[in-house]
Amino acid sequence: MKRLPVIQSVPRLIPKAIQEATQPNRDGSPWYARVLRITTWRIVSQAAFFGLFMFLLWVSWFSRLGGYPASLFLELDPLVTFATALSTHTVYRWLWRALWILIPTLILGRVFCGWICPYGTLHQFMGWLFNVRRNKDNIDVNRYRPIFQFKYYLLTVFLVLSAFGALQIGLLDPICLLTRSVVTTIQPAWDAALPASLSSLASSPGAPHPRVFSGAWFVGFLLIGLVGLNLVIPRFFCRVLCPLGAFLGTLSRFALVRIDRDLTKCTDCNLCMRHCEGASDPQEALRKSECFVCFNCIDDCPEDALAFRVAPVPVHEKIIGSLKEGTAFLFGRRVISQLPETVIKPPDVPRRRWLFAGLAGVLAYPFLRYSKAVNAKSYSAKAIRPPGSVAEPEFLERCIKCDQCINVCPTNVLQPSTLAEGGLEGLWTPVMDFRTGFCQLNCTLCSEVCPTGAIQKIDLRKKLGKAPHAEAGPVRLGTAFFDRGRCLPWAMETPCVVCEEVCPTSPKAIGTYEEEITRWDGKKVLLNQPYMRPELCIGCGICEHECPVQDQPAVYVTAIGESRSKDRSLLLGAPETQKVKS
Amino acid sequence: MSTERQRGRRGRAESEPTPQDIERAHDHARIERRALLKGAVGLGGAAAAAAYFSMAPPTWPLSLNDPDGERGKPQAPIRRLPEGGFAVPERASVADLGVAHGSDVKAMVRAAVGGIGGIERFIEKGDVVVIKPNVAFERPAALGATTNPEVLVALIELVREAGAAEIRVADNPIESPESCFARSGIRGATLSAGAQLYLPEPNQFELLGTAGATWIERWPFFWRPFDGATKVIGVSPIKDHNLCRASMTTKNWYGLLGGRRNQFHQDIHGIIADLALMLRPTFVVLDATRVLFRSGPTGGSLSDVKAGHTIVASRDSLAADAYGWDHLLERSGEALPAYFEKAAARGLGQPDWRKVALNEVNVG
Repeated sequence: MKRLPVIQSVPRLIPKAIQEATQPNRDGSPWYARVLRITTWRIVSQAAFFGLFMFLLWVSWFSRLGGYPASLFLELDPLVTFATALSTHTVYRWLWRALWILIPTLILGRVFCGWICPYGTLHQFMGWLFNVRRNKDNIDVNRYRPIFQFKYYLLTVFLVLSAFGALQIGLLDPICLLTRSVVTTIQPAWDAALPASLSSLASSPGAPHPRVFSGAWFVGFLLIGLVGLNLVIPRFFCRVLCPLGAFLGTLSRFALVRIDRDLTKCTDCNLCMRHCEGASDPQEALRKSECFVCFNCIDDCPEDALAFRVAPVPVHEKIIGSLKEGTAFLFGRRVISQLPETVIKPPDVPRRRWLFAGLAGVLAYPFLRYSKAVNAKSYSAKAIRPPGSVAEPEFLERCIKCDQCINVCPTNVLQPSTLAEGGLEGLWTPVMDFRTGFCQLNCTLCSEVCPTGAIQKIDLRKKLGKAPHAEAGPVRLGTAFFDRGRCLPWAMETPCVVCEEVCPTSPKAIGTYEEEITRWDGKKVLLNQPYMRPELCIGCGICEHECPVQDQPAVYVTAIGESRSKDRSLLLGAPETQKVKS
Repeated sequence: MSTERQRGRRGRAESEPTPQDIERAHDHARIERRALLKGAVGLGGAAAAAAYFSMAPPTWPLSLNDPDGERGKPQAPIRRLPEGGFAVPERASVADLGVAHGSDVKAMVRAAVGGIGGIERFIEKGDVVVIKPNVAFERPAALGATTNPEVLVALIELVREAGAAEIRVADNPIESPESCFARSGIRGATLSAGAQLYLPEPNQFELLGTAGATWIERWPFFWRPFDGATKVIGVSPIKDHNLCRASMTTKNWYGLLGGRRNQFHQDIHGIIADLALMLRPTFVVLDATRVLFRSGPTGGSLSDVKAGHTIVASRDSLAADAYGWDHLLERSGEALPAYFEKAAARGLGQPDWRKVALNEVNVG
C-alpha cells in the first residue's frame, strides 16, 4: 500500500513553508518587504470596503437598528449626487458625502474604482479566481480596446436624461446595481442556505415568511452574467459599462498624480500590462481616464520604470536626439523606450460621438416618458409608492433603483417594480405588492434609508397625521376597494370580515352592514357585509394581505387617492382639506 | 513522446517482431480484455441496481418504487399536546376565579393568582413554562391592543419564584413578528425579566392534531416553544372584536396557530370553541389594566382605551372571559358571544362566572 504523501507530510510542510516565506529578498531587504507593498494595502482596502458594504446591507433590518449609516455607499457615490443634482437642482440630506470620493478623484484619479468600489472588488476577485490565461494572453487581454468608450456614451445618455428629470443612472450605477443584486437575490439565497441553528445570521431574521422579490431571477442572472464576463475581458463591467467609472474617468483628467513611465528605464517589455485592471496602457501613453490606480503595473515592472507621482510635464517634448538611431536623451540620460508619449488625459471619445450620445439621450427621454407607464394620464394602478414618497414626477427625478427601501422593509411589501408596473423608466423602483406584505402602520424605515429623498424622511407623526401634521392628515398610499363578486359575505353567504378586523385606523376605514340571511340550505346566518369609508382609508393594504381570497383578493388597494399628489386624489377636497372629525 | 519515437524507429527498420514484441502484444490484449470485463461487470451491476431501486416493491429495503405517486408526497408528522392539556388537578377548597383590583400591577398579578391558590399550586420546581401573551399587532402597549408588558414581567417573576426551570414567551402575531414584539414592549419585558423569547419562523410550525375539533383537527401549530413544555399560561388583554364581539383569554390561543388563519372568520365562534379544546392551559390571566372597548381588536387611538385597574386569574378561561364581558367591557346586559356556549357544551368551562367560586381583592 502506498503512503499518502500529501496528508502525511502536511505537518512537515508547514514549517518549511514558513521558512520559505520568511526568507529575505535577494536584494537583502527583509521578507516583509514583499508583503508590505502598496498593492497589499489596496487588497486590504478593497476587502474592508467590500465587508463594510455587505455589513451595512445585512444590518439594515428591524432588529439590528442601531444608527448605522445604512446607505453610506450610495451617498458616497458622486454620480448619484451629480445626477440627482441635475434632475432636482438640490443635494438631498447626506449626498454631500460624495465629496469624500470626488476630491480624491480630482487629485489622484479613479482610486474609487481600484480601492473602494465593492462591485469592482467583486469583479476583480472573480476575474482573478477564475483566470486560466497564460501570461502572454493576460497581456493581450489587458490592452485598451475602443469598446471601452461605450461607458462614456452610457454616461452621456444618463446625464442628459437626468437633466430632463428621468433619472436612470440606477440601471447601471455599480453601487445601485450591487445593492439591488444583493438585496433581491443574494440575501434570499443566503437565508435559504442557512441552517436553522444559524438563523440569527440571516439577512431577515424573524421575517414572517422567506422574502421574495419580483423579477429577482432577472437581477440574479444579470449579476451572474456581468460577473461571468470577467472570463472574457477582465473587469468587463468596469471597463465597458460602468457609468460611475466613466464619470470618475472624465474627472480624472484633472488629476495631478498619475502613473509615470521613466523613458530612460522602460524597455517596452509590456509586463506592466499583465495585471493592469483598467486596461489603461501603462506601457505607452497612460490613459489616465481608464486607470484604476491599482498599482499592479508598478509592482510588475522589472525595470523600476514606473512610479505614481506628480507628473505635469509632457516629457516627450524634452527629448533631444533621435529615438530611431538611439541617440535620444532626456535630461541628460539615454532614452531606452521607443514610445515617447507618456499620458493621454481625457477619455478617448471623439467629439462627434459625444454629440451622438447626447442626441440619443435627448430622444430617450420622450421614448421613456411617453410610453404609457409613468405619465400623468396612464399610470399603473399597482404602482403604489412607499409612505413619504414625493409625487410621481419628482419621484422619477430621485429614485436610483437601489432598492435599499426594499431591503429594510420588514413585511416584504416593497418590491422592485417590473416592466408591468413602471415600464422601463420605473423598472426596479419600489412599489407595494400587498399580496406579499402590507405597509405596517408604525413603520417609516424605508424613508430613513432612502439616500436621494424619493422617499422623504418622515417621522411617525407625519405618517399617521398626528400633531403637528394633523392638518395634512395621514399619509395615504392609495385606496382600498371591494370586489363584491369575490367577497365571501357579499357573494358567497359566508361570514368573514378579516379585513375589518385588521384595519389599523381608528375609527376603522372598513365598516359592515349587518344582514341576517337564510342560506341555500335553510340555515340562518348573520353576515357582516363590508364597505369602505374612503375618507379613513390610508391604503396600507393589510386588508388585501389578510383577505382569504388570496389569489385575487376581494379587497384590494390601488394607487388612486394617494396623498402625495393632488392629481391622483379620489375624493372632492382631498387630500389637504380632508380631515376626519373625531 | 519517447514511446512514439521508439515505435517510429521500429517502423523504419521494418524488422520481424521479436519474441518480446509478441509477448508485449499478448500482455496488451490481456489488459484490454480485463478492462472490458471490468467495465461489463460495472455496467451490469449499475444496471441491476438501477433496476432494483426503481422496480422492487415499495416494502423492500432501499426500494424507490412509487407505483401510485403517494410515497413521494411529503409526510408531515402529527404532533399532539398532552392528554388533558396542561391543567393541574382541581381543588375544591380554592376559588377558581381570582380577581384583583388596584393600580400596582405586580401586586394585582400576585393577588389574582393568590386568589386561586397561589403560584405554587400551578408551577412546580423544574417546570418548563410557556407564557402566551397577545402580541398580534404592532402597537404601543398604551393602545390596549396587546398584553401589558408590566403584567408579563410580574407573571414571569412569579413563575420564576415558583422554581420554573425555563420560561418561554411565544406568540405568532398578525403583523411582522419582530416589529410587533418590539413595539408592544413584550420583547423588552421578556428579555429584561430573563425569559426566553420565541419568534415564529416558518420552520418552527408543525401539524397539531386536536381530536374532536370541528375545524382545526389538523392545523399548523407554533410547536417549537411547546417542545418539552410542561405548563402553559395565557395572558391576554381584554378587547372589543369586530366579529366575535370580544377577544380575551380564550381567543388568545389563535396566536399559536399558523397556516391560513384568515379563514377562521368564516366560523369564528366555532374556531374559538376549537381553540379552547386545543389548548387546556394551566391557568389564564386576563390583563384588564387597559380595556380596548371599541375599534377592536386593533384599536389605534387612546380614546378607544380606558383603564380597567383589574387582573383576573383563572383555571377556567370561559369564566374569566365572562367576568370580563360583564364587568370590564361593561356589556353585562347583552348576550354572551356564541363561542362561550359552544365551548361550554364541550365541558371546557363555565360561562356563568357567578357559579364559580370567586376570590376578589383590592390591593390599592
